[in-house]
Amino acid sequence: MPKAHIHPYIPNSMPETKHEMMREIGIKTIDELYVDVPQKLRLNRKLNLPEAMPEQEARHHIEGLLQENKSTKDMPTFLGAGCWPHYVPAAVDNIVQRSEFSTSYTPYQPEVSQGMLQALFEYQSMVCELTGMDVANSSMYDWSSALGEAVRMAVRINNRTEVVVPRIIHPDRCATLQTYVEPLEMCIKKADYARETGSINLEDLKEQVCDKTAAVYVENPSYLGFIEAQVKEVAEIAHDKGALFIVGVDPTSLGVVEAPGAYGADIVVGEGQPLGNHLNFGGPLLGLFACRGEMELIRQMPGRVIGMTTTLKGDRTGFCMALQTREQHIRRERATSNICTNEALCALASAVYLALLGPEGLRELGETIMMRTRYAIRKLSLIAGVKAPLFKSPHFKEFTVNFDRAGRKVQSTHRTLFKQYGIHGGKNISKEFPELGQTALYCVTEVHSKESIDRLAQSLKKTVKGKR
Amino acid sequence: MLPSIEDEVAKWADDPAEELPKAIKRNQLPKLPELSEVEVVRHFTRLSQMNYGVDSGFYPLGSCTMKYNPKINDVLAGISGISELHPDQSEDTVQGTLRIMYALSHWLAEITGTYEVCLQPSAGAHGELLGALIMRACHKFNGNAEDRTELIVPDSAHGTNPASGTMAGFKIVVVPSNQNGTVDLKALKAAVSSNTAGLMLTNPNTLGIFEEDIAETAEIIHRAGGLLYYDGANLNAIMGRTRPGDMGFDIVHINIHKTFATPHGGGGPGAGPIGVTKELAKFLPVPQIALDKKRSRYYLDYDRPHSIGKIRGFYGNIAVLLRAYAYILSIGSEGLAEAAEISVLNANYLVKKLSEVRGFELPYAKGRPRKHECVFSVKQMYKETGVRAADVAKRLLDYGLHSPTTYFPLIVDEALMIEPTESMEKEELDRFVEALKKISEEAYSNPDLVKNAPHNAAVTRLDEVKASHPKTMALSWRMHRNRNVIKAATS
Repeated sequence: MPKAHIHPYIPNSMPETKHEMMREIGIKTIDELYVDVPQKLRLNRKLNLPEAMPEQEARHHIEGLLQENKSTKDMPTFLGAGCWPHYVPAAVDNIVQRSEFSTSYTPYQPEVSQGMLQALFEYQSMVCELTGMDVANSSMYDWSSALGEAVRMAVRINNRTEVVVPRIIHPDRCATLQTYVEPLEMCIKKADYARETGSINLEDLKEQVCDKTAAVYVENPSYLGFIEAQVKEVAEIAHDKGALFIVGVDPTSLGVVEAPGAYGADIVVGEGQPLGNHLNFGGPLLGLFACRGEMELIRQMPGRVIGMTTTLKGDRTGFCMALQTREQHIRRERATSNICTNEALCALASAVYLALLGPEGLRELGETIMMRTRYAIRKLSLIAGVKAPLFKSPHFKEFTVNFDRAGRKVQSTHRTLFKQYGIHGGKNISKEFPELGQTALYCVTEVHSKESIDRLAQSLKKTVKGKR
Repeated sequence: MLPSIEDEVAKWADDPAEELPKAIKRNQLPKLPELSEVEVVRHFTRLSQMNYGVDSGFYPLGSCTMKYNPKINDVLAGISGISELHPDQSEDTVQGTLRIMYALSHWLAEITGTYEVCLQPSAGAHGELLGALIMRACHKFNGNAEDRTELIVPDSAHGTNPASGTMAGFKIVVVPSNQNGTVDLKALKAAVSSNTAGLMLTNPNTLGIFEEDIAETAEIIHRAGGLLYYDGANLNAIMGRTRPGDMGFDIVHINIHKTFATPHGGGGPGAGPIGVTKELAKFLPVPQIALDKKRSRYYLDYDRPHSIGKIRGFYGNIAVLLRAYAYILSIGSEGLAEAAEISVLNANYLVKKLSEVRGFELPYAKGRPRKHECVFSVKQMYKETGVRAADVAKRLLDYGLHSPTTYFPLIVDEALMIEPTESMEKEELDRFVEALKKISEEAYSNPDLVKNAPHNAAVTRLDEVKASHPKTMALSWRMHRNRNVIKAATS
């Protein structure tokens, strides 16, 4: 008889139990349960994988591998670009680790899922407050896929074939949008930007937007960190031609920057990761998705939406999934999206985070980020040959740093910065925007102290001056 | 909570209130809760107590593989060497993570019998979308995208299959199941044509039955010039026994949160990597995690000219994938096979026990072993007592158990789709059987008791119609508030 493989995760692997159950169902070997797998398709060998490791060894092994990494905790790091370092309060981690939440699934049985349902309803409600929208869904995969879904939603509403996006957009986000709309054979047009401010060029935008335009999309703050101030004008241009206006946001800006709902947005998407979620090497993230309250929009929304209702008896408030007839498990090929598993636990983290912060806390967060960003800009601007930022606009959290006048390449500058001073510079965007020369995108949040910004400035100064 | 602004920073920086142009400055703060940390923690702790998870007890939600989520994996995912890693860090600083992900992708290729695995999709449905887009890219590459417009799915398929196919631009063609609950080959032969892009199939299927004609099915599709897509929702049943790649599937997705024991998170995050054949590997999204063997260095490979591009930001749900790596390492090759076998043993044990329950019937292929799950119909009970599958599900909650999936697959009336997984001990399975026996007795003696269940949950049955009706829906607090304002104004 083969050796029994008793494993703590598999209670019935105990030989006595296993045999008792086999006797009950009248089989002698487990193979009898696989008789219908054709002979020629059977594997008939062990999977070529490692042998089981006891917990202690597995832990030691993985801890060892992770020690080969150098994280943002080990070195001052000035990277953002769609995934931002923020402080995650202990209470957030503590709540999301509660296994009543983490080991549950889609709340198909609302009576025993009221906790997650209410928390997600609160998340949706807070996203609405932040964005000035009426309805939010309970999460998409990330900002990029949320944008793809938003444009597809616009097409379902107005049946048009083009979308206009700003030329300054994260290339991966634009590429994801391209992937999502490619089957619709849509054309993505890019509106140019004003060289002075980075802002969308309204004249060019007007030329691009026409009666084929399903949606106009802008980001605020933009990918390169400047605030887009002419949003009302953009909304007007979009709406004049009957297009929807989609706005992408970094939600940590929404305590200081106006809510998109106040300047005419129809759909708001964004990245919820900075609200209480760790970096995790870029995943999981949290796609924000919200829209105005008209039924023609709501009916076309993708993703799961939680609603507040009452018991059938009417004696108590409760929560359940709403508008499920839009979703794949009911509507199948006519569903508004195929999404099923989403990012609910990340949404829970954001709900806890926002509840801890409160309105004043969110404003304070935004102001802190702006002040530190401004401080970093001024410090770096003092370095001969460095220009920061390239655009004359207010910046939030991120800004461009150009090394052209110093005659330096971003890559070598950052290599020295890292090797000699143990600092990780911002993201090299020289290939993404060749017209901007040797430029990097730096990110400063509340986690960057004055000391670390000063250290960056001093080190960068020495690096730029130093030998190549 | 926030660190205070140092004096010098304040001196050097502008006042944010003045820096922002008026047009874009926020004047009215969002209406967020104003609470102390104590209140927030108590609130969410209280909510958690109104939520049922795998750690709470039996969670036999069919097709969802609600297995135990080992605690060590959460601990490892919380290490700052992974949780505080930025995706744009230089490759030199993230070699440990890249090495783990590289190994994981190779393990998943071995388990599924595929050539190359992409870890990026965020969920099963995301993997399906990617898979369907790869089908599209492949037909385009071969110059016949315009003809290959139809994607075939069986009537027993998960809803995500037709939804993903539509998103990828295909017309969905549904083929019926035969009396054994498997794909009707005659109907399949009639459905395929020069327009066929491919077939999406899960095996074992949603009835828990192994599609034994899979080799012939694959041949029919391939001969017609189509591609075969494997929906990995049910992979747990067959690990180490047979592999989708060997069955003839060209594209396979893996639900990491199901088969590889990562927490379902109340709905997510999960991860849905896909594995593909050698011919299709060139279409995978960028970047792939690669190894420069000469320099023993891992890197992100963007140099893939035929790639379909990007399907999300960055590289995948890394924190979820790390847990899967830890799971495979902890359970090992033989443990994975054991997990599959015991999940099947558990399901067949329930088949045996529940077949004895009055009003319960096992439709399709009687006498044939199920795999990881079984689907019972309570049609008979409904006819005789008026008690429906939904009522049985609600009454189970009163017994402290989670309900199975209900009303799925669509080819079974009054369906209860039960997936016990390998994590449930025999005693818990017996308790489940006892509860259903009692519920059956109740249905025949006091049907109202069952029809009005649950009686012991946090709330009684909810008004789901009210939640979705345009006149009564409240999808956010703001919507609720505005509606009440309107009501007050008009009354």
